[in-house]
Formats: sequence, structure tokens, C-alpha cells
Amino acid sequence: MSVLARFIEEAGIPTVIVTMMPAVAERWRAPRVVGVEFPFGHAFGMPNDAAMQRSVAEHALQALSEATGPEYRLDVPIEWPIDTKTAYRDWQPLEASPIVAYNKARAAAAAVSAGS
Amino acid sequence: MPVDSYKYIPLNWRKDHEAAPMKRASTIWTPLQTPLPEARLALLTTAGVYLSGTQESFDLEGERRNPTWGDPGYRVIPRGAQQAQMDFAHLHINTRDHHQDFNIALPLDRFAELESEGRIGRLADDHYSVMGFQSDDGAAWKQETLPEITRRMKAAEVDALVLAPA
Repeated sequence: MSVLARFIEEAGIPTVIVTMMPAVAERWRAPRVVGVEFPFGHAFGMPNDAAMQRSVAEHALQALSEATGPEYRLDVPIEWPIDTKTAYRDWQPLEASPIVAYNKARAAAAAVSAGS
Repeated sequence: MPVDSYKYIPLNWRKDHEAAPMKRASTIWTPLQTPLPEARLALLTTAGVYLSGTQESFDLEGERRNPTWGDPGYRVIPRGAQQAQMDFAHLHINTRDHHQDFNIALPLDRFAELESEGRIGRLADDHYSVMGFQSDDGAAWKQETLPEITRRMKAAEVDALVLAPA
């Protein structure tokens, strides 16, 4: 995602990235980073919670208006209203993604081969 | 308290991320030239949103066949798109909440409110959707998708882009 921000920013359009992993966006040197401590897929918050979504959107506007140079980061001080264990479980896909299944199969094959 | 970037990922992924070096040596910066109350904003999501009645899905079968590959294409989502028109091509998250309210990943309704209140000049007519899972750090995006999205946004006189990863 930071790749997108960098490409478009370099092409001349200012960008702000609202992300669940601001530390990763910083490592990619995305120009303006807004961090949220939300489960994956939920950059702007809870479904049907317009107030929460609105607050995140306003932080994005704040980043656009007040950042004066690169490596800008603003964190949104909103706590996810669902307990971490439940939220962690809820964002996961119903079946493992192809890459996760593929990596598991490779690790299992490597373990078998190491044991033989 | 700063946001914990690794709260919702497995512990071993966290260690990999924390050990990773800076990915890019250079910083990039384009200043916002237009004050927000006059600026035109567009949104981009990586949630794999598409309009199921009128647009093809992204290539999920291709990703299932080749798990290290992700469809590098994009879809244009017009402002005013309705929940019932939207579907989500994403194999890495549960999209149940997105089927209830797309604004969690593509907050068109919230930015339309900000427009009507004069906080931004205008919400653009067209917004953009891609699939976030890409091979080679998104190298394929740079071939066509990103030059096309950038060209479209410039033609539409977009002043700033808000990106929402999913």
C-alpha cells in the first residue's frame, strides 16, 4: 500500500495513508501516515458507526492540512470496542488465504524432509 | 500511546516486521497546493471492491492457482455507489463487515458529508479499488494500474488522495 502512496505522490498528487500498520508504512517512507489500532480490513472503523468513521476521516484531513514534510505520522486515539481476542478472530478469513495455506504446506514438507 | 501496528497479527509475523530494515532510502513529498475547503479529494482502497452487476471480479482463481500472485488490476468506483452494488474480492480477511458497510474500507459517505459541510472542496466523481495482496512489493501495479489511476486523477483535477489499505 505504501508503494501506491509513494508512486502517486511522486507523480505529483499528495497522499495520506490510513493504516492498521503505521510502523510498516513508516518503514516504506509513505509521506503522510495516519495510524489506527483496528483489526485488518477496518481502516475507517466499525461498520455502521458513522461517528468513528468520521473521526478517522478527520484525522486524514488533519494530516493533509498540517504535515509540512515527509515522515509525518498521526495516530488516531480510538480504542477498538471489541475485546482483542474476539477482534483477532473476527478479521481472519473463513478459510486460510492461498499464501498462508501454501506457506504452511511448505513448512510441513520441510519438517518432514528434515525428519527423514 | 502510539498505535500498536502488530496487535492483530500472529507473533511470528511481528518479529519479521520488527526486524525488517527501512524499505526505501529516499523520502518523497508533494505539498498540498490547495487548501482543503477548496480541494478535490479521491479515495483508494485495497479491499478488492467491485460493482458486482457491472464489473468483473478480480482474478481470485488466478491467486488460488498461484498463491504468491495477486491480480494487479483496478476498478473505478463512482461516488454514490450503493452497498447493494458492491462485492469484495479479498482472500486475506473476512469481508462480513464490508458487506454491512463499505465505508469501513472506502468511506465515500463520510467524505460526502465532509464535502457538504464545506470541510473539503469536492469529493471526486471516481474512486479506485485494487487488491492489496501483490507479489514483488507491488511491482506489477507500476506497469499499468498506477500510471492509469494517476492519469485519471490528474484529468479529474484531484488535489489529494486518501488511501485505505484493507
